[in-house]
Amino acid sequence: MRHPLFTVVGLAVLVGLAACAEKPQVAGTRVAGSPAYLGTGNSAYTAGGWKAGDATSWEDGMRARTQSGQNEYVRSGGR
Amino acid sequence: MARMKFICDAERCIECNGCVTACKAEHAVPWGVNRRRVVTLNDGVPGEKSISVACMHCSDAPCMAVCPVDCFYRTAEGVVLHDKDTCIGCGYCSYACPFGAPQFPSSGTFGMRGKMDKCTFCAGGPEAHGSEAENEKYGRNRLAEGKLPACAEMCATKALLGGDGDVVADIFRIRVTRRNKGSEVWGWGTAYGKPSSGSPAPKASKS
Repeated sequence: MRHPLFTVVGLAVLVGLAACAEKPQVAGTRVAGSPAYLGTGNSAYTAGGWKAGDATSWEDGMRARTQSGQNEYVRSGGR
Repeated sequence: MARMKFICDAERCIECNGCVTACKAEHAVPWGVNRRRVVTLNDGVPGEKSISVACMHCSDAPCMAVCPVDCFYRTAEGVVLHDKDTCIGCGYCSYACPFGAPQFPSSGTFGMRGKMDKCTFCAGGPEAHGSEAENEKYGRNRLAEGKLPACAEMCATKALLGGDGDVVADIFRIRVTRRNKGSEVWGWGTAYGKPSSGSPAPKASKS
């Protein structure tokens, strides 16, 4: 029969190393914001030409704003 | 869904800093923090080039990869934003960013580094669109108002283009075709990947 000291030391090592186990990691549930097409709910500062809550309308509005505001070839009639 | 991107046309930028001023004013950005800067190469030498630099909202953003508290997220429009309530101001994102976008306000007795601040593409933060809390932390949410970033809309020479990547790329392409020079799109390869990456190289044609 083994010496009881071996059993005690073995148990102590097991208990001691138990704290070294890796904790399970779960990805956080961070809020990633809502889509821009939902609007701010404040019409006072909202640009016209699109309907809040309609993704297609928002995209079309942004596209039109980009072309009219930043593409001078469109603004000058392609000259 | 639209994929928001910036293009800076180095042939047009006149280093007026209008974009920087527009950004500071629109979002009440504090002293010591510049979400956007104008960088001039070969300053004073004939042929110098200026470019307006800010967060490019990269496709595979290195800041997102290195953040130890995972405070970054990407919106449905492809804008890279962060949550200031989660940020611990460690500065890892600053080391990782190839554009020097992350900024850290110095506050407190010993000028301690505060929570990170950067360009939001005028898309606010995780709070409700247009809310007081969002405005306080991140500035105005122009995208939810149906507007484009203030820097791009304010640019006098339209050197800085901001909006849906396909649309701004088309505008830039028309310019290059008309003037027949200046086709280099600064920062796009770094931010959105080289055209060849991920796709097989075109086969050489035999003649």
